[in-house]
Amino acid sequence: MAIKKFAVAAYDDEAVLFPAVKKVRKSGYKLHDVYTPFAVHGLDEAMGLKETDLHIAGFIYGLCGTSTAVGFISWIFTSDWPIVYGGKPHFALPAWIPITFELTVLFAAVGMTMTFCYLNQIMPGVKKHVFHPRQSDDLFVMAIELNEHTPEAEVIDFLKTTGAKETNVQMAEESWWYGRWDKKEEYEALNAG
Amino acid sequence: MNDRFEVPARLKKTSIALMAIGVLTLIAGIATLLSSHVDTERARFWTVLLHDGVFFTLITAVSIFIQSAVSLAQGAWLVAFRRVPEAIGANVWVFGSIVTVVLLLIVFTFRDSHGVNTIFPWVTPGDDEIILGKSPFLNKGMFIFFTLAAVGLWSYFGIKFRAMSIAQEKAPKNDTKIYWKVFRLSGVFLLVYALTQMSTIPWLWVMSIDTHWFSTLFSWYAFASAFVSGMSLILLWVIYLKNQGNLGLVTKEHMHDLGKFMFAFSIFWTYLWFSQYMLIWYANVPEETFYFKWRQQGPYSIIFYANFIINFCMPILILMARPSKRNYFTVTFMAMVIIFGHWLDYYQMIMPGPLGTDWHINWYEMGIFMGFVGILIFTVSRTLSKASLVPHNNILLKETVIHIA
Repeated sequence: MAIKKFAVAAYDDEAVLFPAVKKVRKSGYKLHDVYTPFAVHGLDEAMGLKETDLHIAGFIYGLCGTSTAVGFISWIFTSDWPIVYGGKPHFALPAWIPITFELTVLFAAVGMTMTFCYLNQIMPGVKKHVFHPRQSDDLFVMAIELNEHTPEAEVIDFLKTTGAKETNVQMAEESWWYGRWDKKEEYEALNAG
Repeated sequence: MNDRFEVPARLKKTSIALMAIGVLTLIAGIATLLSSHVDTERARFWTVLLHDGVFFTLITAVSIFIQSAVSLAQGAWLVAFRRVPEAIGANVWVFGSIVTVVLLLIVFTFRDSHGVNTIFPWVTPGDDEIILGKSPFLNKGMFIFFTLAAVGLWSYFGIKFRAMSIAQEKAPKNDTKIYWKVFRLSGVFLLVYALTQMSTIPWLWVMSIDTHWFSTLFSWYAFASAFVSGMSLILLWVIYLKNQGNLGLVTKEHMHDLGKFMFAFSIFWTYLWFSQYMLIWYANVPEETFYFKWRQQGPYSIIFYANFIINFCMPILILMARPSKRNYFTVTFMAMVIIFGHWLDYYQMIMPGPLGTDWHINWYEMGIFMGFVGILIFTVSRTLSKASLVPHNNILLKETVIHIA
């Protein structure tokens, strides 16, 4: 949670974006993120993003669902309230499998959806800085984090050589924030000064 | 890029050796089992041939289904190794002819010492009310008609799809005439397949062994079993060809997709297997439960539980993670395990009816199995070597090269 300085470049072509991303990674500048209007195949590899661990989380949520179902049902039917029905034993495992399966799927699905939202910072009520209004329309927008070793003029010149259509420098909150508080005025003051 | 496959001398020798083992086992089987005075030994001679014949026919026919389903969906991921399912599908006629001969011999010649056909009891119904009630469908005429129709149509489509795909190589560049012809014929084949392997054929070839028993899910379950083994078979061939330096276009992305099919359809198989089991267990109607009484609590319980562990627990635990689907060793190992597991699955579908407690997995079972594997390797490798392994001029070729799983 910190306000940082970013160099922003907007591209209008995937064919220009891919070499630009590669050049930025090669140059050593800190690539903050790339915003695209649609999912671009292979961009994650080009950006050097590592494989997500979301599946492992999903597996653990699934196991929680399985053990919740089997534990809870077996506790009810064998010790808390045992009833004989259909001539079946109290511990009638095959009859519980559908419910166990459903709870496994439910836990895994809900858990993974929430984890996915958390990792991507897209919860209801959550706000995030938008670097360029057309990043969800027709432009591919790349943000590079600046620090004292990377003068903004140098980075902007570099971005222009990679074929950017528009470039600018912005002060922005790097992470997400929750609630109705809008940072617009604060940004405007920062960017003006 | 090496796009021609020459059958290595070692593979050819291995396949001929395996076929020789099969033939020797068959001769030894005729000498000992078929000429035995014990009814179950004579039944065992036929049921083992039936089991392997049915299993290999169904898993090779799956290759035609996969081709046509992917062609109809205009999928490109299969195109990189399209020649493999084509070559397997073009050899369905070999296994189809074997199983037809075996089935007809069982129906017409096999009788036990009381003159009853213990493998297909509906052939000699006697005064059994239940079997007589099923006779409009379960009779020799229907059986022969569906067997010949299914084997004939599968063989025709298997050879036809391969011929059309090879004809595309000589067609003018970017010509879509053959592509749309394959598309239309794929739709026809899916209909044929739905009326044969997904319904009537497992009823007649396998379920009618337990004539008194029936399950509406049975054909789907038998299809799922064959489908996942057929996928594994394709995967084994693809990996073998890659090890020989062929199929340079096939990357880990394509292998990942094949692995996903093996994983997903193992789960699908379990779903159907359990759906069939649970309803019968829950309803507890004696005329249905005797089927599982024999398998789960009777002499076949070891196969029943092995079936569940090999075909569900192992795939779900080993193939779930992404890296294991992209690892050539894991997928090869799991493909072999799955083929063996579903071979066992078909074994426990077929054997309890005719053999009862007298089942063995012994020299005869293994020898015949090896013989069928030999035929499979021999015929498919010969077919593969006859045409280019890369489907040149296929209009989806570029799409398959850039495919990402």
